[in-house]
Amino acid sequence: MFGQLLRSLLQATTVMIAVAFIAFSMFRYVGDPVASIVGQDATLKDRQELSESLGLNDSIVLQFGRFLGNAAQGDFGISYRQGRPVSTLIKERLPATLELALLSATVALVFGLGLGIYTALHRDSVLSNIIMSISLIGVSLPTFLIGIGLIFIFGVKLRWLPTFGRGETVALGWWTTGLLTESGRKSLVLPVITLAFFQLTLIMRLVRAEMLEVMRTDYVRFARARGLTDRAINYSHALKNTMMPVVTITGLQLGSIVAFAIVTETVFNWPGLGALFVKSVEVVDIPVMAAYLMFVGLVFVIVNLAVDLIYFLIDPRLRTGATVKAQ
Amino acid sequence: MTQPVLSVRNLEVEFVTRRGLLRAIDKVSFDIAPGEVLGVVGESGAGKSLTGTAIIGLIDPPGRIAGGEVWLKGRRIDNLPKEELRKVRGKRIGMIFQDPLTSLNPLFRISEQLIETIRTHSDMNEAQARARAVGLLTEVGIPAPEKRIDSYPHEFSGGMRQRVVIALALAAEPELIIADEPTTALDVSVQAQIITLIKKLCRERGTAVMLVTHDMGVIAETADRVAVMYAGRIVEIGPVRDVVKHAKHPYAKGLMGAIPTLATAETRLLQIPGSMPRLNAIPAGCAFNPRCAEAFERCRTDRPEYIPVENSQVACWLYDKRQTKREVAA
Amino acid sequence: MTMAASDTPRLTLRKRLNDSDLWLSFKASKITVVAAITTVLIVMLALLANVLAPQDAFDPKMLNLMDGFAHPMERGLGSGNLFVLGADAQGRDMLSALLYGTRVSLFVGLSSVILSLSMGVSLGLIAGYVGGRTETIIMRVADVQLSFPAILIALLIFGVARGIIPPNQHESTAVFVIILAIGLSNWAQYARTVRASAMVERNKDYVHAARLIGIKGFAIMARHILPNVTGPVLVIATINLALAVIEEATLSFFGVGLPVTQPSLGTLIRFGQQYLLSGEWWILFFPALTLVILGLAINLLGDWLRDALNPKLR
Repeated sequence: MFGQLLRSLLQATTVMIAVAFIAFSMFRYVGDPVASIVGQDATLKDRQELSESLGLNDSIVLQFGRFLGNAAQGDFGISYRQGRPVSTLIKERLPATLELALLSATVALVFGLGLGIYTALHRDSVLSNIIMSISLIGVSLPTFLIGIGLIFIFGVKLRWLPTFGRGETVALGWWTTGLLTESGRKSLVLPVITLAFFQLTLIMRLVRAEMLEVMRTDYVRFARARGLTDRAINYSHALKNTMMPVVTITGLQLGSIVAFAIVTETVFNWPGLGALFVKSVEVVDIPVMAAYLMFVGLVFVIVNLAVDLIYFLIDPRLRTGATVKAQ
Repeated sequence: MTQPVLSVRNLEVEFVTRRGLLRAIDKVSFDIAPGEVLGVVGESGAGKSLTGTAIIGLIDPPGRIAGGEVWLKGRRIDNLPKEELRKVRGKRIGMIFQDPLTSLNPLFRISEQLIETIRTHSDMNEAQARARAVGLLTEVGIPAPEKRIDSYPHEFSGGMRQRVVIALALAAEPELIIADEPTTALDVSVQAQIITLIKKLCRERGTAVMLVTHDMGVIAETADRVAVMYAGRIVEIGPVRDVVKHAKHPYAKGLMGAIPTLATAETRLLQIPGSMPRLNAIPAGCAFNPRCAEAFERCRTDRPEYIPVENSQVACWLYDKRQTKREVAA
Repeated sequence: MTMAASDTPRLTLRKRLNDSDLWLSFKASKITVVAAITTVLIVMLALLANVLAPQDAFDPKMLNLMDGFAHPMERGLGSGNLFVLGADAQGRDMLSALLYGTRVSLFVGLSSVILSLSMGVSLGLIAGYVGGRTETIIMRVADVQLSFPAILIALLIFGVARGIIPPNQHESTAVFVIILAIGLSNWAQYARTVRASAMVERNKDYVHAARLIGIKGFAIMARHILPNVTGPVLVIATINLALAVIEEATLSFFGVGLPVTQPSLGTLIRFGQQYLLSGEWWILFFPALTLVILGLAINLLGDWLRDALNPKLR
């Protein structure tokens, strides 16, 4: 039983190290760390001295180890472009992204689940068809267009909501939140909807597909043959069995919502990590890119572990050690 | 004569597909008396499972009951509103499916599934239902039922699982059990046990059984009467000894003749040339006529009526006004 | 009744096609037919861009500043030409820009799909057939990559490429870098599906037999496994195309996509965004509309294809 958990932990560590290695390679080999610090006019000797002091001539393993050590402490060096420590930049922008991501994830999950279940159980109703059509459009519409569209309608034409930025935020320790001010809350509405929309449609379609699949199984047929009520079948049997595959994929989807925020943050001028990342790509600011990669990797790994844990709790087959792997 | 538990009259089941309307069951009629075991045999695709599904009202779109009547102990059930039909299921008709592994929800304990079924059809509380569930498990032969009742389905072996399925089907004391290939997915050694169990439990309770299978051995052992189905129709129905030993309908003859037995002195098994027609290409007249060695003109144009022959009913023109037709064929 | 030998094969093929589930399902779904026609139309228009476009939109010599901000269906004040979909700030004909832009978008999209497909299918085959450590590694990487949004991966690859390629060559290599970035961000789904199929096949007897005779693994994979996966791969490719087009549009919208000299629909949208608030809505609207219709049509086709090829739903 614990073997399963241990295995998950091991996988998580491997993935993290792999991601770290990619980040490190970017750091070390793409662009010239020396050149970006000293500029064009440095002499060869200056460069060599700097190389030495930066430890660039040591073995790769040593350098990687150093990188990991620094990363663990949150030290990613200095942003090429802004000249400030990357860790400071991340700290400043993390709350914005996390707040946005968490709210969007909640909205996507709640509505995705609800609508998914509804459209599965009431397959042929008019409302279901409307919802499915909208969801199809949702998958085909690029997120940035949704953002622009919402800005245009609600920000420009109707003037109900602000079109960029976070509004006023309140600082709680090193965290800043927009939830405590009205302008902050208003500023959250459109970005949250934009970010949640894509995820919502995905979750909804997944839940619907899974539930329809479950409704066709033998055990549901047998349950119906035993005369169990629709309520018992739909909300007890079918729902529980639907949750299993849904949990994995949904978990992973939501884990990547942080990264998905890149687009939303750009469109709404949201001062988060995603926007920072895009700018850093534009100017090839490697330390920031690497740091962002590590951050996203970390979120992914944590979410993955959480999903494994939930799976473990739901599926009795895993608990008794039976080797039943779903999918 | 006692009223039959189940009475099916001219049942028709259709499927609406892109290729048109497919008639999967075409005017099927039969009765089952209390305590009787009716075997329903035929090749895959003949419509045996579908008949059972139609009776219990579980046909899903694009299929639907297009005609006929189903009577359960004098009450008509095929036209009941959804909620009424649901109450009939489980309480008055129980069904056992083929694969015990997929019939049980893997995420729920046996106790939960049993208690839920019991409480749906009675007013028992949790404790009473649980006691009854343990009793049921004892009846179906599960050892140490008080302990094992809290296990999950995957913790049982195949044969044990099917016993649990039987317990679930009997939980609300139905008057009729429809067993759809109950032994096909089991090991041969376990098959006999399960069949004996079904027989014993139903005799004890006086429950009627509709046993759908393509395994003749099971039928010979267990059934009182047997109906042979072909292309959605019953071609012969009668006491099991008669049909198995002395089949009348050419198809039934072929079916029984194809069974190898130790007693047979024949060195060759009988083969029926050709195969059952697809649902969108059922021949006019008798559905079996293209493959029948004894077919004549009328077989190709008129669908045979049921003609009583000894103790059976046979749907074959060969048994109708024999003298004149035989002369025509000669 | 006798028929000439050459007649019979053709008849049966057409009859088989007409009678097939695929065609019946296609005809039955009117929306899909509309979607298919729309897609084909857009593709044709894009391909014929240089023939159809009234103006070579990106040749500065052809532009007349006085035409700037002409409304749709208005004549330009400078040149007197009819601007069917209006003109932008520099007097560029939006219709022409749209046609060229669509062509660029489709080109990038299709090329990246071909890249993703080749890479994904090959890796999937290798993973499924060879098995062992190779399989585990490939599949792990695929799994991890699938949980990161393609945008992120594409941006990363783009940034790294930018860092490696000297600045003066950025513009000339932009198209290739974009295709590479998008292509590499979308291979995993193919690999997963193909590997699953390969796994099923590799244990079958005929593969063992072929191996015994000495047929090379590659031939076995190509001959037997590939035909089995064409269906699902096709579905993935269609959806992939829609995603790739949107991905490219997003990248261009960010400003990290194609250069100004070869604008795609995304770039046009980025240009148009500035004018949204000042009232020249058409500069943003038409490229956006085209993008949406294109994405929708392709997605509908993919959806239909998936349902039609799914044996369980028949």
